[in-house]
Amino acid sequence: MGEKILMKGNEVIAEAALRAGCRHYFGYPITPQTEIAHYFAKKMPQYGGTFIQAESEVAAMNMVYGAASAGARVMTSSSSPGISLKQEAISYAACAELPAVVVNIMRAGPGLGGILAAQSDYFQATKGGGHGDYRMVVLAPSSVQELYELVVEAFNIADKYRTLCMIMGDGMLGQMMEAVEFKEKEDIYQADKSWAVTGTGMKRDHNIITSIYIDPEILEKHNLKLQEKYRKIAENETRVEVCNCDDADVIVAAYGTVARIIKNVIKTAEKEGIKVGLIRPITLLPFPTAAFEKYAQVPKAFLSVEMSSGQMVEDVRLSVNGKRPVHFLGRMGGMIPTQKEILEKIREILK
Amino acid sequence: MAIVFQRPHALRETQMHYCPGCTHGIVHRLIAEAIDELGIEGKTIGVSPVGCAYNNYLYFNCDMVQAAHGRAPAVATGIKRVHPDNVVFTYQGDGDLAAIGTAEIVHAANRGEKITTIFINNAIYGMTSGQMAPTTLIGQVTTTSPFGRKPELHGYPLNVCEMLSTLKGAVYVERVSMHDIKNIRNAKNAIKKAFKVQMAGLGFSIVEVLSSCPTNWGIDPVNALKWIEEKMIPQYPLGNFRGKDLEV
Repeated sequence: MGEKILMKGNEVIAEAALRAGCRHYFGYPITPQTEIAHYFAKKMPQYGGTFIQAESEVAAMNMVYGAASAGARVMTSSSSPGISLKQEAISYAACAELPAVVVNIMRAGPGLGGILAAQSDYFQATKGGGHGDYRMVVLAPSSVQELYELVVEAFNIADKYRTLCMIMGDGMLGQMMEAVEFKEKEDIYQADKSWAVTGTGMKRDHNIITSIYIDPEILEKHNLKLQEKYRKIAENETRVEVCNCDDADVIVAAYGTVARIIKNVIKTAEKEGIKVGLIRPITLLPFPTAAFEKYAQVPKAFLSVEMSSGQMVEDVRLSVNGKRPVHFLGRMGGMIPTQKEILEKIREILK
Repeated sequence: MAIVFQRPHALRETQMHYCPGCTHGIVHRLIAEAIDELGIEGKTIGVSPVGCAYNNYLYFNCDMVQAAHGRAPAVATGIKRVHPDNVVFTYQGDGDLAAIGTAEIVHAANRGEKITTIFINNAIYGMTSGQMAPTTLIGQVTTTSPFGRKPELHGYPLNVCEMLSTLKGAVYVERVSMHDIKNIRNAKNAIKKAFKVQMAGLGFSIVEVLSSCPTNWGIDPVNALKWIEEKMIPQYPLGNFRGKDLEV
């Protein structure tokens, strides 16, 4: 490990991507993630890479589609309204099995909403977003250090499975400055990209990247192949952090920024004699169902705390599967739940 | 016996799916001939559109990528930036390029993206069965302008070459036609020159090809070619709009 550096979350995303061998970035400005583009604009020329400020998020994601087709490690980033615009090409890239990293530094919605942190794009990221039966890998870091590690990981997972990986942060994480320690050298997964378009060199048959299969039998087969891939990803790539759950009175489910707050709630609650546990999904998709199943009968109840109207709570309920009540506490619009209100909710549940 | 005419190597030996009298096939052949003559098949990457030519990736021997509707110039940008030494072209119709994809084509051209676009203008949406295109002529009857295109309702035909030729990044802009042999030969030269402009790294190049759609125009193939000459050319004059004197 190298020395510790104080860096902003958004800048760390770009730095991590460069360290992971990403040399092509296409984006469009939107708050609160624009520092990612600023960093790439400055650094890409030093690496001989490409930075394009595209005419729209639609174009940016289609440039990603092209660069990924050409075999490059490539990424784009945006925030909620911009991610909505990328959904078309996300669905196409998922069908064409193109590896790429998409970063969503979430802001509050719906609509243009606000520019402050939120977690209201959970459904969009994990239940579709674009059309058709596809899945991405959705990674939800909760510190700047983890942001760095998961961005590198996202490129590796993308290449390994020919899949899209989304980094789900929020405005808080993107704007926050925190110490980060970079490795001297990253572990880069060396993928076979003989499928990419590079020019045939008159040495092989032509490669085709496409997402259209007019014959229904062939399209169904392709869908089954995709589903098999998602099953494999769920088997190998599910990540979760479990704290304090062995004898918890209440187990809280939270990810990203909210999970940090819960860690403080655990300490405060302890002083009152309340044992609070935390299950923090690091991969929102694949969802760490097994962790919830394992602890389903331990606490009196579960509580999902989110910066949304209640999105992840649905997956928590499916995973707990009726064995215990699952409660919800959420704030919206860029408001962040406080330790105090979370603790009050826990007390109320235990009454 | 001497061979006087054969399939260009860059064209695959596959049956095409186009309707009788459609000129897509001729344009494909011209592109393939240009690729052969320039000796660039091994380093060419094509981008297929959405529309009648959606699966023309099956017809070319070079590497191909199928793009979302209108997004081919953005996809081609991504490819070209990864492989700057390759030759990258998009093949797009008028719905694809001049309606849903106007932002992508304008900005690819304006960035001077070193790609080549072959733009098929047949004044109609072919694949979805004959709807009005931005390029549909005034008075032209389509399935979505059943009483003829009216300026007060539908606006005016979009002249893509004229528009793009105002952009500095678009260094070679030419409109050609498929309606007779002489013009088909001109089209071939324009396509070849457009590729050469790209290979010289000069900027964005586009060739607009006036094409026929007998099926959706409801005109037989021979008269469809006449319709190009008599109806389309007055709205879409042929010739070079940019880069006539480029030495490549």
